[in-house]
Amino acid sequence: MKVIIIDDEPLARSIVKEYLQFHPELELVAECSDGFEGVKAIQQYQPDLIFLDIQMPKINGFEMLELVEDPPSVIFTTAFDEYALKAFESHAVDYLLKPFSRGRFDKAVSKWLQTGKNISAKEQLGQLLETVSSSPAEQHRVVVKLAGKIRIIPVEDIHYLEAADDYVKIHTREGGFLKNKTMGHFEAILNKTQFVRTHRSYMVNITEITRIDPYEKDNHLAILKSGARVPVSKTGYVKLKSVLGL
Amino acid sequence: MTRSPLNVSRFRNIFFAWWFVWACLHFLLITYYGFTVNMALIDSLISNGLLMGACGIVSNILRYYLPYSNRYIYVLLLCLTFSLSANALGKFILDLSLNDPAYRAYIPFLANTYWIRLGIDFLMICCMAVICVLWYTQEEEQENRQRKNDAEKLSRDAELYKLRQQLQPHFLFNSLNSISALIVSNPEQARNMIHQLSDFLRTTLRKEEEQWVKMEEELQSLELYLEIEKVRFGHRLSTAIVKDDKSGQMLIPPMLLQPVVENAIKFGLYDTTDDVIISISVSVENEMLKVTVQNPYDPETASPRHGTGFGLNSVKRRLYLLFARTDLVETSSGDHVFTTTINIPKHESDHH
Repeated sequence: MKVIIIDDEPLARSIVKEYLQFHPELELVAECSDGFEGVKAIQQYQPDLIFLDIQMPKINGFEMLELVEDPPSVIFTTAFDEYALKAFESHAVDYLLKPFSRGRFDKAVSKWLQTGKNISAKEQLGQLLETVSSSPAEQHRVVVKLAGKIRIIPVEDIHYLEAADDYVKIHTREGGFLKNKTMGHFEAILNKTQFVRTHRSYMVNITEITRIDPYEKDNHLAILKSGARVPVSKTGYVKLKSVLGL
Repeated sequence: MTRSPLNVSRFRNIFFAWWFVWACLHFLLITYYGFTVNMALIDSLISNGLLMGACGIVSNILRYYLPYSNRYIYVLLLCLTFSLSANALGKFILDLSLNDPAYRAYIPFLANTYWIRLGIDFLMICCMAVICVLWYTQEEEQENRQRKNDAEKLSRDAELYKLRQQLQPHFLFNSLNSISALIVSNPEQARNMIHQLSDFLRTTLRKEEEQWVKMEEELQSLELYLEIEKVRFGHRLSTAIVKDDKSGQMLIPPMLLQPVVENAIKFGLYDTTDDVIISISVSVENEMLKVTVQNPYDPETASPRHGTGFGLNSVKRRLYLLFARTDLVETSSGDHVFTTTINIPKHESDHH
């Protein structure tokens, strides 16, 4: 079975490597020092299990997982992160607290070999990621992938959001990016005094609005600085007016 | 409980002197009207003795009961009651003590002067009451001010303590993890790192707010911290520290710079994936200690609002509590380098 270690500290990787020597059934195929390398290595090697640190440069472990189409099983390794620990506990995800002993490591591995590898990682991690994506760190940026390239978008740069099937299209100055999330998710994590759900399928950054025009019956259109026209429904108009203080 | 003005010797002396002058005047006035020295003395002593007693009691009552704002009518009523009772009691005692045929002529005089006596007593007691009200109000205010000062100092101390005590658990556990890895691969370096970590922890635990430390000591502790981080992050992290000769002996609040360097590490190491140089330069300019910390950052993702981080806010707050100035921390960014400048005013007990 193939294993990848993703951790930005070389010594932290070496300790996992050392403990892995005692599990010949697990073959270490790659070591990565950040999330970007991690995404690439997972695609390339399709591992069965990854050991993943949370706090890493640029994008953290959770943000990295969001970018992986079909994530493998994960054993998280972290030193101290109260927020993440709560999420692990509530979703029965295994994790190792640094510094961890070989005994603790062996236990995590044998537990995974017995049961974990049969559980759908995608489902389990999906729920976990939904929980942690409302963490403070992830409320002021969104990580997306476009044509193999990873982009980190500060939420201030978002003009508006548009629902598109199972995705949400994030419109910015540089164009639109698709993110595999729901509108409800963004409504929950984004600042409600800045982003308003003006329509079933639209959410708009109010600092981008230049004017609001009437449009057919009870509906309106919000015209943004970029020239984009965002539909505003009857209830959306009421919400928008209250946030703008009209 | 507040002190009574009569407990203060200066005030007490004035009180008794005034009483003595008044009793003498009273005595002289009565002899002037042709009464005997004996009679004048008895009258003066009894009347003024009672007046003094009434003043004493009024002052004590006001000590426990100060009228609420503008309800001074109660004080007037109090003074009236006491002047009436002092007079009635005076009349009764005088009637008794002058119950002798020799003093017969004095009784009508006493009756004729009742209103004058009452008026003078009332004015005297009012005078005393006004002095007491002013006195106690001022005492109360002083006590409040003192309490407020004490409370402020307590909360300030607590806040300063909290601002200092932000040793990152993340740093501690990750360092222990590195040591755990080194024990097998490089026992010598593992032991070295344990010593560095212990020295660093000791300096963070030891320091008290009042004891300012020399810049060179603070710098040593920062270097320890950076050495540990270098072990953790390997070749990615390097440091450049420059200091001028004068700065080493200058005093600074302990652990003031630690959050600044932590902030630099956080943004340098977690905001980029390249190699990172953290530079620290220390100099003395215009009698102020100037510390500059520089780290690389990525302007694309470090948005201005989240750029400064909690660490710098705590430093700003602490400098404000110590010097009541908000202009001692400056930050600037350009060309992928983020610069934090801290100016520390000279401590009174700096020696050269």
